Amino acid sequence: NFRGGAIVNPSFFGKTRAPPWRGGGAPPTGDLAEAIDATFGSLEAMKTKLSAMSVAVQGSGWGWLGTDAAGKLALATCANQDPLEATTGLVPLFGIDVWEHAYYLDYKNVRPD
Amino acid sequence: ETQNKGLEEGRRTLVEGRSAKTMALSRSCLSGGRLLSSSLRRTKFTLPDLAYGYGELEPIISGEIMELHHSKHHNTYVTNLNVAMEKLGDAQAKGDITAVVAAQAAIKFNGGGHVNHSIFWQNLAPPSKGGGAPPTGDLAEAIDATFGSLEAMKTKLSAMSVAVQGSGWGWLGTDAAGKLALATCANQDPLEATTGLVPLFGIDVWEHAYYLDYKNVRPD
Repeated sequence: NFRGGAIVNPSFFGKTRAPPWRGGGAPPTGDLAEAIDATFGSLEAMKTKLSAMSVAVQGSGWGWLGTDAAGKLALATCANQDPLEATTGLVPLFGIDVWEHAYYLDYKNVRPD
Repeated sequence: ETQNKGLEEGRRTLVEGRSAKTMALSRSCLSGGRLLSSSLRRTKFTLPDLAYGYGELEPIISGEIMELHHSKHHNTYVTNLNVAMEKLGDAQAKGDITAVVAAQAAIKFNGGGHVNHSIFWQNLAPPSKGGGAPPTGDLAEAIDATFGSLEAMKTKLSAMSVAVQGSGWGWLGTDAAGKLALATCANQDPLEATTGLVPLFGIDVWEHAYYLDYKNVRPD
């Protein structure tokens, strides 16, 4: 579980990030944007909620935006390298790695940044 | 990395016995010296001072890590522990069992973090204050009797600590019969509350404890 998750999670993470010139930073559009607004009220509301959940992970783990079996958006966190789908059944769309190695050199202890 | 520095302190505490260890923890962990009382909600926990400067453990542990670890990470556990205990006190006063239960996770995490780091700072010492010297007396004999040798114990504890999946701690402690034992705990789960072992010496394997100096190479 630990090793498999450690392969799945970062591989996925790499795909969800992009530099600005490849579209990174641009807000979602189309179906995803509509679903975010419908489920959370707004993109900002979703970001605030997901950030808070991710920051609050005790120890190492990940924060996730995913879809449930009915295709509805949901937020979740997983401990350590537990992969989202195997652990919760949610299909991952976007993850935030809150293991300290993901941010410590740049942000030190200030995980919220 | 920190074992050499820690064992001398561990020797002193083992020789002096459990009560001394508890008292040392009381001094550093609990302002006012009260463990549990009806006035718990007004007891504020405080960050213990180090017995050495942040830079005195170099080159093993950098001053940068020590300062962040003590003044940021540990301090945050203390701050959040006080908040959690306040919430617990409020919940108890109202007889709100749901709120009492809800407060437990934050108390375990932050209380564990406070206890663990308070022990850790006492385990560490610069060479000028005895750090790095091997244990002597009762502790040395107990280590040899239980593990064969100091090196054997260090190898085993290091391996167990490196193998922790995610964040956590490796520990040398004593069981109810006074026998030495090794254990690991996840996250900030405190050794004694989790396993019953009395902690003598701990290794913090949260990434914040080593990443700035050693990056991902936890074994170093």
